[in-house]
Amino acid sequence: MHDFTYHEPKSVAEAAAIIGAARDGSLIAGGMSLIPALKQRRARPSDLVDLRHIEELKGIRREADAIVIGAMTRHADVADSDLVRGAIPELARLVGQMADPAVRNRATLGGSVAHGDPAADYPPALVALGATIITSTRAIPADDFFTGAFTTALGKGEIVTAVSFPIPETAAYVKFANTASRYAIIGVFVAGSGRIVRVAVTGAKPCVFRIKEMEAVLANSFSADAIKHIVINPQGLSADIHATPEYRAHLIGVMAQRAVASAASARRRN
Amino acid sequence: MARVTITVNGKEETRDVKPRTLLVEFLRDHLGLTGTHVGCDTTQCGCCIVLVDSRSVNSCTMLAVQANGANVTTVEGLAKGDKLHPMQAAFREHHALQCGFCTPGMVMSALELVQRNKNPSDDDIRYWLLGNMCRCTGYHNIVKAIKAGAAAMARAG
Repeated sequence: MHDFTYHEPKSVAEAAAIIGAARDGSLIAGGMSLIPALKQRRARPSDLVDLRHIEELKGIRREADAIVIGAMTRHADVADSDLVRGAIPELARLVGQMADPAVRNRATLGGSVAHGDPAADYPPALVALGATIITSTRAIPADDFFTGAFTTALGKGEIVTAVSFPIPETAAYVKFANTASRYAIIGVFVAGSGRIVRVAVTGAKPCVFRIKEMEAVLANSFSADAIKHIVINPQGLSADIHATPEYRAHLIGVMAQRAVASAASARRRN
Repeated sequence: MARVTITVNGKEETRDVKPRTLLVEFLRDHLGLTGTHVGCDTTQCGCCIVLVDSRSVNSCTMLAVQANGANVTTVEGLAKGDKLHPMQAAFREHHALQCGFCTPGMVMSALELVQRNKNPSDDDIRYWLLGNMCRCTGYHNIVKAIKAGAAAMARAG
């Protein structure tokens, strides 16, 4: 790891000023992706700006029909939160099965979202739930936030401060996880409120995406059978040692049907 | 250099370190506490797990400066003199180690599990140990030991 100058700002404004003035600054939240990158020298920032002392980035609260989670909230705290478990149980469950306990004790919502890993679990939840990413300068709809592999709509020095998740009537996330890393080879998040249904996929392309053909069908008939006939085109899907594009296309269909079945049965219980 | 003060096993330790110093390097190289092991060095094996403010953390993936002001417990902080902690004693009793390299991480990870769940099932334990790798035992005796250790801790109150 190369040397860097370490900063511990107490407010978002102070952090933004430091990162703005740094030659090549980097923000650090939980560090679960950044510290490995520093160790491999894939990242060599001149300045590291630690967000851990900024109180305004912490905590979980309910605001009207949404749950607002501060950017520095750790995965373990989202998974354990009575507020999240009560309002969006599937979100708590999704976060509770990311990585492993020691990683969940450090990794944060803001860090995960800003990192934009193409196989991460949070992005499909944000997109399917129609979440809004609140930053130091503006509010960005999740649909516009994730723009590519490890790239987002965030500008230089812009800091994610919180994410607002509208509470859905029903939701479910099903993933086919890599058995070693627990990252999604394919993960599908389905959320429904009335006749608005959103289906978001992670792990399949450089960036999370929605399947509008499924959404249109599910708006009229919210059942796994209704989307059985939809064939996913493998063209443009990722290929790596874990799965071919054809296998990923197949998995998207299977995971989507399972997610819809689970969300439909949760809706019947409510 | 950055000045950090970290309470390690109940003792306040102040050192000047480079900001790039990892917590595990602080523990092993600066304090000489070599019970915490570095296995993979890539946040996967859990050999370096210590408790930071009662939460299990991979100390190879945390900077010492990020632990400034925290309370850290390592495996050296568990025994009282010659008397092993109930979780350590259970690992010995149930032959939950062969080479022993992963053991400090296993024990520290198990302690957070027991904080959360005083009576974990086999499935709870196996799921919890997702981030702790052992290449010798096949895990079976580790699961038995953690179950017995949890019961012994409950008895000890």
